[in-house]
Formats: sequence, C-alpha cells, structure tokens
Amino acid sequence: MILPSILLIGIFVYGLLGVNFWTSMTDNHSAAQASGREPVAFVGLTNYLDLLLTEDFRHSLANLVLFTAAFLVGAMAIGFVWAWLLERPLPGGRLFQTVYLFPMAVSFVASGVVWRWLLNSNQGENASGLNRLFQMVGLDFLQNPWWNNITFGILAIALPAIWQLSGYVMALFLAGFRGVPDELREAARMDGASEWQVYRMVIFPQLTPVLMSAIVIIAHMSLKSFDLIMSISSASAYQTKVPAVDMFLFKSGFDYANSAAVGAFLLIIIAFLIVPYLVQQHRSRTR
Amino acid sequence: MSTSTVSASAAPLPSPAEPSPHRRGGVPWTLVLRLAAILAGVVVVLIPVYVLLVTSLKGPGDASAARAWALPREWSFENWAQAWQALSPSIWRSVQMVVPATVISAVLGCMNGFVLSRWRFPGADIVFTLILFGMFLPYQAVMIPLMQMLLGAGVPNGIPSLILLHVVFGIPITTLIFRNYFESVPHELIESATMDGAGMLRTFWSIALPLAIPGFVVVLIWQFTNAWNDFLFAVFFSSPANGPVTLALNNLANGALLANYGVSMAGALLASLPTLLVYILLSKYFLSGLMQGSVKG
Repeated sequence: MILPSILLIGIFVYGLLGVNFWTSMTDNHSAAQASGREPVAFVGLTNYLDLLLTEDFRHSLANLVLFTAAFLVGAMAIGFVWAWLLERPLPGGRLFQTVYLFPMAVSFVASGVVWRWLLNSNQGENASGLNRLFQMVGLDFLQNPWWNNITFGILAIALPAIWQLSGYVMALFLAGFRGVPDELREAARMDGASEWQVYRMVIFPQLTPVLMSAIVIIAHMSLKSFDLIMSISSASAYQTKVPAVDMFLFKSGFDYANSAAVGAFLLIIIAFLIVPYLVQQHRSRTR
Repeated sequence: MSTSTVSASAAPLPSPAEPSPHRRGGVPWTLVLRLAAILAGVVVVLIPVYVLLVTSLKGPGDASAARAWALPREWSFENWAQAWQALSPSIWRSVQMVVPATVISAVLGCMNGFVLSRWRFPGADIVFTLILFGMFLPYQAVMIPLMQMLLGAGVPNGIPSLILLHVVFGIPITTLIFRNYFESVPHELIESATMDGAGMLRTFWSIALPLAIPGFVVVLIWQFTNAWNDFLFAVFFSSPANGPVTLALNNLANGALLANYGVSMAGALLASLPTLLVYILLSKYFLSGLMQGSVKG
C-alpha cells in the first residue's frame, strides 16, 4: 500500500537529488548542451568553487545570512510574545489568535503586492507606503530606501516574512504551552512560586522542543525563500539576491550546471539543519 | 507575588473561563496591559489589509502619493473589474490544479499514515524518516533534473505537471499528518477488525478510511493552501498563459505595462479569497493541522 509513495519519493526526491549532483559537476553551461545538442563533460567541484569565488554569489550568501537572522529572530520573538499574551484565557482570545494567524493563509505573491507598496523607497513629496506613514506621524528620521539599500536592503524583505510567519510561530508555542500539564503549574504555585517563577522555572523549560521545531521550520523556509523576494523586488535586483533567485536566473540562462550547483548549495546548508533534527525525532519515536 | 488561584480547572486554552490571578483591588492592570499589547499587535497585523482594501477601491484620480493612506474620495470597483478580467482564467486553472492535487495526495498520505502507524515492519521508522525529509527538501535542489525528466517524459507544461508535482511533494506532509492522526486513534478500533480476519486492505477501506475523516479535513486544508499559494513550481513549470493564479498575479503586479497598484491590490485580494475563505471557515482545523504538521513530528 505504501509502495507507490515510496517509489515516487525515491525517484522524485532521492533519484533527482543524485542527478542534480551529477549535473552540478558538469560543464553544462549553454542552451545547446542543455538540449543535448552538444556534449557535456565532468568537471568535478569546479562550479562550486567558481561560484564561491564570484563576488556576486557571495553577496547572495551574505543576503541569505542577514535575511535568515532577521526573519528567525523577528518571527521567534513576536510569535513567542503573542503566544505568551494569549496563553492564559482571555475574552476574545480565539479571535485574536485567528487574526494573528491569518497572514499565513495568504500567498507570498499576494502579500508581496502590498508590501512592495509599503516598502516603496520614495521619500519627501513622493513618499508613499511606510515612508509616508512615518512622515504623517512625525517620525521622518525613520524614512529610508528599504530594499534599495545595497548591503542591508534584504532586511526590508524580512519584515513581510516576519509579518506572515509570526502567527505560525505563535500557534506552535500555544501548542507547547497547552502541553504543559496544569498539575505542574498548580504544584509550583502551591510551593509559593510567583507567577513569573512559574513561567521561568516550570513552563519555559518545557517549551524547548517546540522552540527547536519552530527554529528548524522557520530557518528552512528562510533558506529557500523565493516568492517573496521575487514579488517585492525584481529577479535581477542585485540588492536582494539570494541563492534561490540565482538558481532561477542561471536556469533562465540555460546554465544548468551552475543552477544545479546553487540548488546543491541550498541542500547542503539545509541538511546541516534538518538531518540532526530528523535523527533526533527518529530517536524520540523509537525510544 | 500572586494570590493563589483556587480554580484548578484544567481549562483548555481558548475558553475564557478562569479569572486572572492578578486581580487585586479594582482594576486588573495586568489584564489591561495585556489587552493593550494584544490590540497593538492586531493593528500592526491588519495594516496591510487596510492598505489593500483602500487602494483597491480607489478610482484612477485618487492615486497620488499624498493621499496614499487616505480613504478613497469616491469608491470605485473599476480596479476589481480589471483584476477579475486579468485573473479569472488563471483562477479557474488554479481550481483545476488544486482539487485533484489535494485529493490524490490526501489519499496517498492516508494509506501511508495507516500502514506506518499500524504495521511495524522492520525499518518502518527509517522509511518514515526518509519520507519526512521530503518535507524539508529545498525544491531548488531537484528543479533542473525535474525539468529534464518531465520534458523527457512528455508531461505537458502547465497544470498537468503542477498536479503531478503537488501530489508527489505533498506526500511527506500528508503522511506525517495521517500517521500522527492514526497514532491518536484507539488501537482496539482497528485491531478488532484484524482479529476478525480482515486483511490490511479490507481494514483500511472499511475501518480506517471512515475513521480518518477528521484527518482528511486537516490534510485537505493544508494541501489546498499549499498548492494554491505555490509560486516556485508555477514559475518553473508554467507560463502566465497556462499557469495558476499566483503566476498570473505576479505577472499582473510586475507587468511593465501597468504599475497600477489599485489593480494589483484588487488582484491580490481576489487571488487570496479562496484560501482566506477556507481559513476563516475552518480555522479551528487549520490550527490543529499546523500543530500536527510540526510539533509532534
């Protein structure tokens, strides 16, 4: 009964990963080679080294690090605070959860449309979006070119990412809070612990597994981020390039070898994060 | 320091039953502060929604930067009409893609979940972990060979290849959700059937499948949202002329012809309506789906 799925996953995940690694180690850089009209040769790790040596790709990697750091810290902090605020019963609590979580149901492409407007870089007379809002409330000094900044522009794109996924992190933490048995809290209160101590000594430590899951999920989403960046800036925008965008650009230029190599880079980075997580999950299941 | 609460009721989270333990004297300040913080968050979350609605309802004369945040002078549905004209064919294609993709991947996931939680064959956990890895696979790392393979196999670009891809790459998450679901179903329910001599397939069709309906609700929501919102596969395996709505919307919003925010924002709202509707109607299940999809693992 599970054979069809095993076959599909075997071919489409593991088989294709193998082929991708092979392609990434060839000199398949032109349309003629991509279509099989000209032969391709094995070149080993040359493409990987070449990529790492180009300034352009290093910029993408730096962007990826910045983006992931901002996205991760932002979504974790906000999601956690929201969960904490909503953890105890509250009139309308259910409604607030629904509002916080709804951006998750929207595609990155759709939210990109509005965020492109909000992060409009025009200032002064022509300012719209957030820059105009800052003017209106007298916080002019906060005006900035957003994603048009070459070094830190990518951080502007982390804002919508945080906006969209904080609710998800909240949901994860809420599930974590819910998993702490009430007897534990009561016992601590009986022992004279203050409300804050109950959190610090009893509840927070129990949230560690949830925290790990949330970090893994958000970080891995961040590493393959593509939609949001494509819909806010354009594919060719150097400021906000990340490896996932490079991969697309190489493919569009029929440079399949480099495209595959960028894909492989992403896999390797993500594997560092995911494999320990999966192994640990596997252990906890079999234990 | 807090006065100890007497109510030891194990109130489930969403029910506002238990009074705040901080109530001392008249005004429960911590509650007020908490509400204020929550409301501030709500405002921030809803700002983009305000912008989308207001901008999409503005007439052409209202588009100046100075009035960017203001309500429309006159309310106009012109943008919506234009967006509908531009997007309706692709919305229809998205429906044709999402329905089969969702149903097929749900059925496959249900079979996997059932087998993996009930039949402890040697290596079952390894198989499960290997399937799970697909959930975290960066699709970029298989995209090039995927293109070559589908091209070679003659799978037509556009909706047919997208259905296939959403089915295949949906298997990990649907398997996970159903496996967790079947783990939570009392074993006796299924085992009694096996005792009576029913085979695996028989047990699946007549016992497990009907039992799994709540699991199906969660999986269908999840897969529907994922497939509807996908952009990566859409951009690699279709063109705006034969692709789903995300691609058409991106094309509309980034089109060189019109940098018309009113129309793009109306389009963004249109393209989001199906998933928002599902979310609003079924948010309870959506939430539990998120949790099953991640926390337990």
